[in-house]
Amino acid sequence: MSNLFLINVLMAVAWCAVLGSFTLMNLLFGFAVSSGALWLTREQYRTSKYFHRFWLVLGLVLLFLKELVLSVVRVAWLVIRPSRSLNPSFVSFPLTVTKAHEITLLANLITLTPGTLSVDVSDDNKTLYIHCIDVDDVDALRRDIAEGFERKIMEALR
Amino acid sequence: MISVITGVLLITAAVVNLIAAIGILRFPDLYTRMHAASKAGTLGAGLMLVTIAIHSGEIEIASRALAGAAFFLLTAPISAHLLARAAYVAGIEPWEGTKVDHLKGHYTDKQGHLSSDDEKS
Repeated sequence: MSNLFLINVLMAVAWCAVLGSFTLMNLLFGFAVSSGALWLTREQYRTSKYFHRFWLVLGLVLLFLKELVLSVVRVAWLVIRPSRSLNPSFVSFPLTVTKAHEITLLANLITLTPGTLSVDVSDDNKTLYIHCIDVDDVDALRRDIAEGFERKIMEALR
Repeated sequence: MISVITGVLLITAAVVNLIAAIGILRFPDLYTRMHAASKAGTLGAGLMLVTIAIHSGEIEIASRALAGAAFFLLTAPISAHLLARAAYVAGIEPWEGTKVDHLKGHYTDKQGHLSSDDEKS
């Protein structure tokens, strides 16, 4: 699948070379035109999975931006409210994803989302340790991550 | 119109960064402070870079500003992870109000080797 992305980028570069001007707009337009060309040949070269994945990745990015804004709102409320009662915890999260880049992505997403911060991954890549700033139900938190980000990552990257 | 949008974005970014700074002062220990620094700090700085991109209206400046925002999103979680991990390995005690500590006892040595959940219990 990543081969098709590389072909797409190379075609965009070729588009710029033919035009003779490497501006960002030309590169983006070339990318759009070449993905259109790949889309036309989806029957012959089976590229439809590549486009399906494109939408999944876009959905992951949008989910992430939404969660980032929500997380800032939540932390802001914890900061400015008058009472100081917090329930911070270190929580272990059993990982379903196995590959290094998937774990990295999941850990980064967890850090930038509401009330959670990844601290470390165990040496055998099976458990992710998370620090939560204010948690009542540990199992609900694990379920949220497993059914939210982890499932989205597996859909988008596999 | 553009100046109104950039003004609103800049003020939002400044408020978010202010809240991050207050959070670093108010939260009880290093681990909770990292929450304020990593999330609110990233969004505040990222919003400012996006504002620059919109305000400039030039591709060269906008692409650099957006690249900066992207690198913020990539690197802030890594520094937060490294700081929290280093603090825990160095033995900095979490705040006494910490409810659950699944991490306790899983660091097998001072080099920071970490055992998994099912290995121990």
